Amino acid sequence: MSEQTMETGAHKADSSGDAILVVDNVTLRFGGVVALDEVAFEIRRGEILGLIGPNGAGKTTCFNVMTGVYTPTSGEILFDGDRVSGVKPHKINAMGIARTFQNIRLFPEMTAMENVMVGADARHKTSVMGTLFRLYRVKPKEHELPDNPLKRSLAKTFGISRHALEERAGRQKSMEMLRFVGIADRAHELARNLPYGYQRRLEIARALATEPKLLCLDEPAAGFNPAEKADLMNLIRRIRDKGQTVLLIEHDMKLVMGVTDRLVVLEFGQKIAEGLPEEVARNPKVIAAYLGEPDDAAQA
Amino acid sequence: MDFNALFGDLGGHTLDGLTKGSVYALVALGYTMVYGVLRLINFAHSEVFMVGTWTVLGVYTVLGADEASGMGMVIFATLAALVAAVVASASVALAVERIAYKPLRKKNAPPLIFLITAIGCSLVLVEIFGHVLRFFFGPPFGRAPVNVPSPIQTVVLLDVGGVRITNVQVFIVVGAILMMVALDQFVNRSRLGRGVRAVAQDADTAALMGVNQDRVIMLVFVLGGAMAGVAALLYTIAFDLTKFDIGFIIGIKAFTAAVLGGIGNLRGALVGGLLLGIVEVYASTVFNSSWADVTAFIVLVLVLMFKPTGLLGESLGKARA
Amino acid sequence: MSDSDGDNDYNYTTEGPSVAGDRKAGFMGLPSLGIADRFAALPLWGKVPIVLALVSFAFYLPYLTILPFALVRTDLTSGGSDWAGVLFLVVIYMIVAIGLNVVIGLAGLLDLGYIGFYALGAYTVAIFGSPSSPVTKLIADKFGLSEGWAVPFALCIPLALAVALISGVALGAPTLRLRGDYLAIVTLGFGEIIRILSRNVDAVTNGPAGIIGVPRPPEPSDNYFSSIESAHWYWLALAVLILLMFMTRRLEDSRVGRGWLAIREDEDAAAVMGVDAFKFKLWAFAIGAALGAMAGLLFASKQAYVEPTGFALNLSFLFVAMVVIGGSGNMVGVMLGAFLITYLPERFRGFDDWRPFAFGVAMVLVMVLRPQGLVPSRRRAREFEDRKHEAEEAAADV
Repeated sequence: MSEQTMETGAHKADSSGDAILVVDNVTLRFGGVVALDEVAFEIRRGEILGLIGPNGAGKTTCFNVMTGVYTPTSGEILFDGDRVSGVKPHKINAMGIARTFQNIRLFPEMTAMENVMVGADARHKTSVMGTLFRLYRVKPKEHELPDNPLKRSLAKTFGISRHALEERAGRQKSMEMLRFVGIADRAHELARNLPYGYQRRLEIARALATEPKLLCLDEPAAGFNPAEKADLMNLIRRIRDKGQTVLLIEHDMKLVMGVTDRLVVLEFGQKIAEGLPEEVARNPKVIAAYLGEPDDAAQA
Repeated sequence: MDFNALFGDLGGHTLDGLTKGSVYALVALGYTMVYGVLRLINFAHSEVFMVGTWTVLGVYTVLGADEASGMGMVIFATLAALVAAVVASASVALAVERIAYKPLRKKNAPPLIFLITAIGCSLVLVEIFGHVLRFFFGPPFGRAPVNVPSPIQTVVLLDVGGVRITNVQVFIVVGAILMMVALDQFVNRSRLGRGVRAVAQDADTAALMGVNQDRVIMLVFVLGGAMAGVAALLYTIAFDLTKFDIGFIIGIKAFTAAVLGGIGNLRGALVGGLLLGIVEVYASTVFNSSWADVTAFIVLVLVLMFKPTGLLGESLGKARA
Repeated sequence: MSDSDGDNDYNYTTEGPSVAGDRKAGFMGLPSLGIADRFAALPLWGKVPIVLALVSFAFYLPYLTILPFALVRTDLTSGGSDWAGVLFLVVIYMIVAIGLNVVIGLAGLLDLGYIGFYALGAYTVAIFGSPSSPVTKLIADKFGLSEGWAVPFALCIPLALAVALISGVALGAPTLRLRGDYLAIVTLGFGEIIRILSRNVDAVTNGPAGIIGVPRPPEPSDNYFSSIESAHWYWLALAVLILLMFMTRRLEDSRVGRGWLAIREDEDAAAVMGVDAFKFKLWAFAIGAALGAMAGLLFASKQAYVEPTGFALNLSFLFVAMVVIGGSGNMVGVMLGAFLITYLPERFRGFDDWRPFAFGVAMVLVMVLRPQGLVPSRRRAREFEDRKHEAEEAAADV
């Protein structure tokens, strides 16, 4: 896998790139119900992979297995060669997987900025003692020095506490993320007061702030109108262009056709197709699966 | 540590534990039902019980029933006390829900607010009996414990190998279990009971299906209150006393019992209550009475560590893992 | 983990009814004065004098005689409480309130047994610091130390904090994985257990008789910190309170504080965003425990005496009431709550027997009419200017 190097800015249908996440024959049973049946595919570094299927096909279940919420009955999920199953959610984030939720789950009584800072904090280390006593000093780099001459000389002599540096870095990164997703104008409003579209984007910004290698989006376009959907697809492409891998779960076929590099199709917990979007769209099994759910197709 | 004391009269202690536990179980029902439907710890429920005990005292006093009364009077006074305590407790429970909780529900307040309100209600009720009524009517209201002489005479019914079973113990345990079975049947069989289970499972869907949520909530408070009323009667028969703050400790014990059995679970309340009663009596025999509470809580923590949803799991509506 | 879906139906799209509600509405529906916003907007040279003035005023309070302000004194009628003593108690309970606020208001953990930590602090200083405690006697006997030997006060402080931290972790480690409501009952049990232990383990706590001779802090002059010198005690407690406020504020404004809030808001989502929820909850518990112990230590030291009945479980409810009535999550709010709940009953001692009743009625009324607390959390206001600046900059960019 490793000899293949990723072209920067590689686009559509590029089958190169090593696997960042491998779903290895995963089966998941709840009691007698087989939610996932020997599902196997991989996500390649730098691609946008679409995981699609009609409602109830097991997409979200698959997603939850991949992000460590469920442990598979058999089979394994490997992320960069490490097992994901059984690892605690915050450790999975530390491994480099971030996700959003289908039914938005922000921190409603915190501002948009604070929501994103929680994400940014995932990469920071200062804990209770570091915050209280600020004895862990770091020698600041030139651009990190404060402008005020007095503070500047103090910082030069005694260094800056890691807490302060991290706070500043986190703030900058968070603002950058809010701009990136296009909601920086309402950064200081409570998340609960933001309009729906902003909340969806805020979730993405929060996940991006944890600097994931793999970003998993669970139906991020749900409830969007066509213009908003187009904006969102554009955003997903820009995330990929930054070098991050994206897993996109969606039941709306049309939407994923325009943005994903490859598709995996699930139905009744089984993988029924995998490949380039155009190929998958012509696959009779996929067509049948989707025709079986005319409501979805109409909705799209 | 005196294990001889325990094993010397294991049957007798078990029976004492069951008696105590029956009262806990009945009070626990009120916590469990309200929790099952509203996800709310109704801390004022302990005072609902307390009001019941005072009502029993009131009925005895009005009827002039005491140890010397004849058989007819004993039966009549006990039944009258039962009805009065049930009505009084249920009314107080309902009043607390209407006056304090309903406005909060409308505002969609977080659980903590309900909790503080409940503590406030509790304090108000305690003080009504501890001070306000005394101010107007004098004793027996006030802060001193009051004797509630039960007209029922304690008689040893059976003597099984040294274990003496009294009529009072039988009355309490059987009475409590009968009430529990009746309630369980009501919730599982009747139409209203189905409404309760529906709201407990999923309030929004139940509302869509035409269940009147408000009525279910009122029903739950009334039923819980009524059970506390029964518990109050049984308690006075067993222990012959009441006090303005009698509810506090019993309330905590009953809530512990509810959690122990699996909060939201009616049968869990029974199991939890009886188990807690037995553990307490055993512990106070083996160590001494002041260690009963410590042991009870340690058992609770141990159970929760290994079975985080209580012994029988939580489920008024069923299945909420 | 499993049940939170059901518990988190926040209505994101509409302005649904909510307690935290409209933050612009002020006290009792009056338009907000925006004091916090205005204060936060001031430059440093504007803030420092205000803070200094407030602090000096607080230190001056015991000698308050200027009418009409002096009407707040509690010793105006005969039989009234010692004014400085009431102030001391208010400050002690303020320390309790900011500690409990970390647990309840920030991390969202319902701790009903906070009195247990308060009692631990009080008993630790008594058990190790008093020459008449069974433990110091035993140690003195064993090692042939002189009569009247005891651990010095200065050492009792870290000792009490360590005991509180350890017991906070010991209680938290098995229970913090439980659901919130269970935590409530388990902590309640803890509070009760501590009280029962203090009453029953005679060999350590001297049982119901209690322990006398709790040590005093180092004194600048003889009997400076004797029990009747309430004003001196008040100053000491106030200084401790200010230090602890400063420390707690630091935590609130940090990665730790944000982690706590995130856990309070949605624990599962927080975990997915990399917050080690268990670790942070444990810290909240431990820090709360330490603050409670500190308050208990000061209290015991002023009383010079501890005994089990001083730590009844209902005091725990009172502590929670302070936090919630004042405005859970907001340090100023919870301190106001502590003040009202401690001060009002002392001020109106004439109505002695009616006080608990009035208190209960007030509690219900405040909660039903103003569930967000008297001073709802306004965390965000502090970074007012900084953020306004950022927002403008960002708006220009977009």
